[in-house]
Amino acid sequence: MKKLVLAVFIVAACGTQPLGAGPTPVKVFAAASLTDAFKALGIDYGSRHPSTYPTFNFAGTPTLLTQLEQGAQADVFASADTANMDKLQSDGLSNGQPKVFAHNLLEIVVAPGNPKGIASLADLAKPGVIYISAGPTVPAGKYALQALAKAGVNPKPRSLETDVKSVISKIELGEADAGIVYATDVTAAGTKVQGVVIPDTDNVVATYPLVEVKGARNPYGAASFVGFVLSSEGQATLAKYGFQHA
Amino acid sequence: MVGVGVSLSVEGARLSMGSLRLDMSFELEDGEVVALLGPNGAGKTTLLRAIAGLLALAGGRVVLDGRVLEEAGSRVYVPTEARSIGFVFQDYLLFPHMSVADNVAFGVRSRAVALEWLERLGLSRYADARPGTLSGGERQRVALARALAPGPRVLLLDEPLAALDVSTRAGVRRDLKAHLAAFRGVRLLVTHDPLEAVMLADRLIVMEEGSQVQSGTPVEVTERPRSRYVADLVGVNLVRGRASGGVVDVGGGASVAAAGADSGDVFAVVHPRAVSLHRARPEGSPRNVWEGHAIGIEMLGDRARVRIEGRVPMVAEVTPGALAELGLVEGSPVWVSFKATDVAVYPA
Amino acid sequence: MRRERAPLWIGVLAAIGAAFFILPLIGLVVRTPWGDALQSLTSADTLDALRLSLVASLSATAFALVLGVPLAWVYARVDFPGRSVVRALTTLPMVLPPVVGGIALLLAFGRRGLVGSMLASFGVSLPFTTAGVVMAETFVAMPFLVLTVEAGLRSMDRRYEDAARTLGAGRWTVFTRVTLPLIAPSVAAGAVLCWARALGEFGATITFAGNFPGVTQTMPLAVYLLLETNPQGSFVLSLILLLVSLVVLVGLRHRWLGSA
Repeated sequence: MKKLVLAVFIVAACGTQPLGAGPTPVKVFAAASLTDAFKALGIDYGSRHPSTYPTFNFAGTPTLLTQLEQGAQADVFASADTANMDKLQSDGLSNGQPKVFAHNLLEIVVAPGNPKGIASLADLAKPGVIYISAGPTVPAGKYALQALAKAGVNPKPRSLETDVKSVISKIELGEADAGIVYATDVTAAGTKVQGVVIPDTDNVVATYPLVEVKGARNPYGAASFVGFVLSSEGQATLAKYGFQHA
Repeated sequence: MVGVGVSLSVEGARLSMGSLRLDMSFELEDGEVVALLGPNGAGKTTLLRAIAGLLALAGGRVVLDGRVLEEAGSRVYVPTEARSIGFVFQDYLLFPHMSVADNVAFGVRSRAVALEWLERLGLSRYADARPGTLSGGERQRVALARALAPGPRVLLLDEPLAALDVSTRAGVRRDLKAHLAAFRGVRLLVTHDPLEAVMLADRLIVMEEGSQVQSGTPVEVTERPRSRYVADLVGVNLVRGRASGGVVDVGGGASVAAAGADSGDVFAVVHPRAVSLHRARPEGSPRNVWEGHAIGIEMLGDRARVRIEGRVPMVAEVTPGALAELGLVEGSPVWVSFKATDVAVYPA
Repeated sequence: MRRERAPLWIGVLAAIGAAFFILPLIGLVVRTPWGDALQSLTSADTLDALRLSLVASLSATAFALVLGVPLAWVYARVDFPGRSVVRALTTLPMVLPPVVGGIALLLAFGRRGLVGSMLASFGVSLPFTTAGVVMAETFVAMPFLVLTVEAGLRSMDRRYEDAARTLGAGRWTVFTRVTLPLIAPSVAAGAVLCWARALGEFGATITFAGNFPGVTQTMPLAVYLLLETNPQGSFVLSLILLLVSLVVLVGLRHRWLGSA
C-alpha cells in the first residue's frame, strides 16, 4: 500500500498528470523484484501517455495472485515466474496470452566486502554462515532451490522470507550472511550489499511474463502499458536495472 | 524531655495535607484511654497516621518509651512496621482475600496465637470465614484482635464505631470499653462523636483545624468548653472577651455582665435554660437585657431551642407552652434576659 | 436489570457494527472445508506451528508477568522525573505498527544491534530463533499487561498496605501477601490480554525472528504463508486461532462485566 501511494506520488510530482483531463490510472500488480525498474518505467510511461498513469502494487508474486483470486481490481499482472502466470490463466483471470518481457538471473547476495568469503553456492553450507532464502512458494525461493539442486548442495536456511526484498534487508542489516536473490535486486540495492555471480551451469533463468487482467477497468491503459514495457524504450530501462532482454 | 509516666509523646508534630495544617503536642500515659475529639477535617486521622509512621512529619518528633520514632529534619525514622503500634482503621481494612484467622495471624505470624485471640473475643466460629461475610460489629472485633495479637505497645483506633449501625453501636461500644481496659499499653482513639469520647475515654483532647483547643477529663471539658465546637456539642452559649469590673467585653461594643468577671481574657458560658425570653422589655433585676430576633426554632424532646440574633447571639431553651404564650415564630422580635450570676467565667 | 429499548437509529447502527465483525467470522466458518480440517489439524506443519505458538505466547506472557508487574508497580507508585515519558515509550508498541517494532528490535538486539552486538560476542544470537519469537511477542504484548496492572494498582485501596505495615510487614511481604492478591484480578486480565495479543502477533515476529517451520513459524505466519499456496488450509488454521481467541475473550468478558 505504501509503495502504491509512493508510486502515485512520484508520478504526480513529475507533473505528468494533465490538469482537468481526468486521466485514468492503469493498475499494475507487479512482482516485488520489479519494484525499482517498474517505478522508473512508470515515470517514462506517464510522460508519454498524458491520458493515463500507472499505479503499482508490488508484492511477492503468490501474494498478488491470491489478491487477484480474491477479487482485487487490477489492469496488468506482471509475474516473476511462469507457474503463477499459468495459475492465473487456469483461473480464467487473464485476458489474452501472457508475454515474456524480461529474464532475470540469480546471484548470491552478501554483505559489502564479502566478510564470510563466499565464492560459490557450496559455501552457503559452510558452518557459521547464516543463509536465508525466500520461501519455496515465492518464485525466487523456488529458483534458489533449483540452483542449489543443480550445484548439488543443500544449505539449511535459517528463515524463509516472504519476498526477495526482505532477504536483501536482512543481509543489509547484518542479521544474515548470505541469500540467493535476483541479480536485479543486487543492482537495485547499490553499495549496501554485494553480489557473488553464480556460474551459468548452476544458474536458473527466471522468466517474467505480464498480461492484461480480465475485467480490467482501463483496458486501453493495460494494452498500452504492456506495449510500453515491451518497447525498446521499456526494455532499455529494464536492462538498466539488471534485467536480461526478453 | 519525657516526663515521668509518659509513654508516648508527640512534640510539635507538624505536617500539611491539602488545606490542613497540623500542629500538635501531647503526652500519653499507659494507664489512660485518650480520645481525640474533633469535627470532620480537624486532622485527627492524619495525626494517627503520622504517629504510625504512615505520613512523614514536616516538623517535630514522636517519642515512644524514650526512643525517638521519628524526628523531622534528622535521619531518625523508625518505619511503621517496626514501631510496635497496633492500628484499628475506620472501616477495619480486613484483608478480603484471607480468612478471619489468617487476618489475625498476619501480624503475629502464628495461627495458634491468632486462634487464642479469636477465642478471647468470642470469634472462634468465624476462624475460617471470609471477613466479607461478617457483621460490622464482628469485623470490628476481628480488626481489634488483629491489631492486638502481635502485642503492640500502642493501640490507635480511628473512629472504631463509625462504620456501625446505630442499633448495634451501644453493644459494641460496651465490648470495646472492656477490651480497651484489658489492654495494658498506650490507648488513643479518634472520634467525632462526643458521647463515644465521653464513654470510652479517661481524657479528651479536642482538635480543631489541626490544633489542640482543649484537653482534660470529660467533666473538665464539658463544664468549661474552650471552643465553639465543644460548646455546641455540650449545648451551651459560649462567648470570649476581656473581663473588667464584672463585665465581659466581647468586642463590637457588646458586653455581657457576669459575676466574678474581674480581669483578663476569659470565656463566659451561659446555659440556654438560664436565658429567658419576653415580648416586651422585662421588669426586674437581670443585668443582661437586650432585644433581638428569633432566627431558628427547633424542638428537642420536651424543650424548644430558640436561636436569637442580637447584640450577642444566644440560644435559649423554653417550654413549648412558653413558646406558644410568646407567639414566637422565626423572625419575631424578642427580648432576651439572663442574670449575671448565671454566667460562668473562667480564664481563656 | 432495567428493561431498556434502544432508539431505532442506535439499534440499526449497533446491528451494522456487530454484523461488521460477525460476517467475516461466518465467512470463515462457511468456507472452511471441514472434511480437510481434521487432516490439516493433525499435519506435522500445523502441529508444529500450533505448538510453537503456544510455547512462544505462554513464554512471552511469563516474561511479561515477571517484568511487567514490577514495571506497573513503579509507574503506579514511584514518582520519578520523566515518568510520563518513560511510560509513553514503553506503551508505544500498542500503537506502533508491529513491523516497526520488529525493525526496532533488530536494531537493538540484532547481530549488529546496540545490545545484540555485545550478545553476539558471547555467542548469543536472537534473530531466527524461538527466543527471538518470544522476544518479539513480549515486546508487542507486554504493554497490555502493564497498563491493566497499573490501572489495578491505582484503583486499589492502598490503606490495606498501610494496615499490613502496622502489623509489622516489610515492603516485600506487603507486596506479595497483600498488594498482589488484591490486584490478582487485574493481573489475570492483563495476562490473558497479553497472551491473546502474543498469540496473534505477526509483524514483529516475521521481521525480527524470520520465518522457519518449527523454529519461528507461528500460527499467524503459517496462516499468511499458506494463503498463497493452500487457501483451504489457511482457512482451517484461521479457524483454530479464532476458536482459541474466542474462548479467551468469553472468559475475559465475565471479568470485565463483573468489575465494571
